[in-house]
Amino acid sequence: MARSTSRLSRKRLGEMYRTMLRIRRFEETADDLYMVGKVVGGVHVSIGQEACSAGVCAALREDDAVLTTHRGHGHSIAKGTRLPEMLAELMGKVTGLCRSKGGSMHIADVSKGHYGAHSIVGANMPMAAGIGLAYQLEGKDQVAVVFFGDGASNNGAFHEAMNLCAIWKLPVVFFCENNQYAVSVPAEYSTSVDDISVRSKGYDAPGLTVDGMDVAAVYEASREAVAHARRGLGPSLIEGKTYRFFGHSRGDPHYGMYRTKEEWEGWKGRDPLIVCEKMLKMTAKQKKAHADAVEAEIKEAIEFAESSPEPEESVALEDIFA
Amino acid sequence: MPELTYVEALNEALHEEMARDEKVFLMGEDVAFDYFGVCSGLADRFGRDRVRDTPICELGFTGAGVGAAMAGFRPIVDLRFMDFATYALDPIVNQAAKLRYMLGGQLSVPMVARIPSGAGLQYGATHGQSLEAWFMQVPGLKVLYPSCPSDAKGLLKAAVRDDNPVMFIEHRLLYAQKTKQDVPEGDYTTPIGVAEVKRAGADATIVGIGYQMGHCLEAAEALAGEGIECEVIDPRSLTPLDVETITASVRKTSRCVIVEEGHLRSGVGAEISAAIQEAVFEYLDAPIGRVAALMAPIPVQTKLEKFVLPSTEKVIAAVRKALGVSA
Ligand SMILES: Cc1ncc(C[n+]2csc(CCOP(=O)(O)OP(=O)(O)O)c2C)c(N)n1
Ligand SMILES: [Mg+2]
Repeated sequence: MARSTSRLSRKRLGEMYRTMLRIRRFEETADDLYMVGKVVGGVHVSIGQEACSAGVCAALREDDAVLTTHRGHGHSIAKGTRLPEMLAELMGKVTGLCRSKGGSMHIADVSKGHYGAHSIVGANMPMAAGIGLAYQLEGKDQVAVVFFGDGASNNGAFHEAMNLCAIWKLPVVFFCENNQYAVSVPAEYSTSVDDISVRSKGYDAPGLTVDGMDVAAVYEASREAVAHARRGLGPSLIEGKTYRFFGHSRGDPHYGMYRTKEEWEGWKGRDPLIVCEKMLKMTAKQKKAHADAVEAEIKEAIEFAESSPEPEESVALEDIFA
Repeated sequence: MPELTYVEALNEALHEEMARDEKVFLMGEDVAFDYFGVCSGLADRFGRDRVRDTPICELGFTGAGVGAAMAGFRPIVDLRFMDFATYALDPIVNQAAKLRYMLGGQLSVPMVARIPSGAGLQYGATHGQSLEAWFMQVPGLKVLYPSCPSDAKGLLKAAVRDDNPVMFIEHRLLYAQKTKQDVPEGDYTTPIGVAEVKRAGADATIVGIGYQMGHCLEAAEALAGEGIECEVIDPRSLTPLDVETITASVRKTSRCVIVEEGHLRSGVGAEISAAIQEAVFEYLDAPIGRVAALMAPIPVQTKLEKFVLPSTEKVIAAVRKALGVSA
């Protein structure tokens, strides 16, 4: 498993830390608001997996594309999605990114190259191939990154999309967040290989497994895969080994049903924020500066979302056809 | 009579059928863990071979279900959300439904696809559809949709024993219902293709599909308060459809409203309405009313979702319209 080297500048790593903290606090806030009934619908937080979101997106340009999953808040934030409009979407307000019609599972901010969270497992991967195809056809050097889980890597859509990207040399990076479980089903049981990255071999594409709790390692692997795609050499598959600290979705406890407390505690000890704080040898004062800045941003997002109106009923019948 | 919830009734049917016939087995995502209670106790009792967790591969495991059925087993595949059944349309529509026919009757495909459907939980456009009308279009598929615990149990047992592929539609909000209902004692099945008159009345017929039965019964109760007596019919089985029970009622009432959660266009209501006018056109005193989801994807936002979906109020309004009375 690839771990980070120390080539990264402190400034760059500090930015990634900030991104991870923004994700963490946004999702904790969304979860709190869910508990009091202000956030509705299917909400899946990625707390514990922030290094994957932050590390990958740090390797992208603003005009590159990402596509994500039902567990997509982190990728969205790391790609530049605005927090107030995102929270408004979760709270069913008309100012939300998708005018309140998509919710947490379908967050998108196309102006930021975010082509959507896609809640049908696997669905985003063929679409990523298509976005890569569009870039290639127009001679652009943009890259599409698609995030998916260990569970999704067992879906035909993954294999079909990988093969398409490989034979057409499409500029797509497949990033698998292997958080060890698909709802209750362990990857160990459901998946034919220990390291999902070896599946790239079947498509003659580069594959690498990295420590998904180490944002620098994720960043370095992503930078290479993105450069490979930009040069017209085709897809890569990166697997980040990671863990969700929360249950699959609301109502599913952190541990005790299909995950043991020991396992959970083991991964908690490798919290990507703490790993990064250690790498940066952060002082308490530095930590507080980050925390204060993020808190202000969260507060602003809550105020915006709370004060935004609900949609008129007619909104339900808009945007059906172009 | 024992009292069971919808979920408990489904669970009991699975326990009984798996105990009765060792060729019956269940597979799908998280069935051993049992996310919704329907599969409670099954993995412990029958083992992981017969209560088989699958990877996330609806095409793969539904196709494998068809194959196992071809080879003599009676698999039950659990598709968890009707929206995910779209990945499994090839094995269902092109294979399961047609194999017996294409192979000149050499084999049959006794597979049950359990398909929880429905909106109302703010899960949005890809986690709340009611696509039962799609399956009614396909020759070779049976389509069942119980609205209450006793039918949930009786129809699921009948589905497992049927030698054909059966789409067994459930509803997520019926899972959430904690009210218990009488369920007949012992080993019973509900006959496939027989509708049930849930409430008798002479002024208008309401045909309610699946979860929408609740809104129909509420509407009938409210209208009774105004002196309008509705006959409420639950087809229970969409294919084969018991047209006689419905038309017998329309002969009596001359007015009919059909209520479903699927989208209006080419929906279950369109089919039933056509069947009614073909059979008893001369008895109708008003156009047949249809209450269905508006022609929009299901939005997440609570108020918008309500606006798009059928409701008791919409059923009442449709019945009033059929009767030409205002509120
Ligand atoms: C086609 C399809 N099947 C099933 C589901 C239900 N479902 C939602 S998330 C999920 C697990 C996904 O696991 P994984 O890909 O590992 O992502 P994670 O949730 O761990 O982030 C499942 C089975 C779905 N949304 N789409
Ligand atoms: Mg997973």
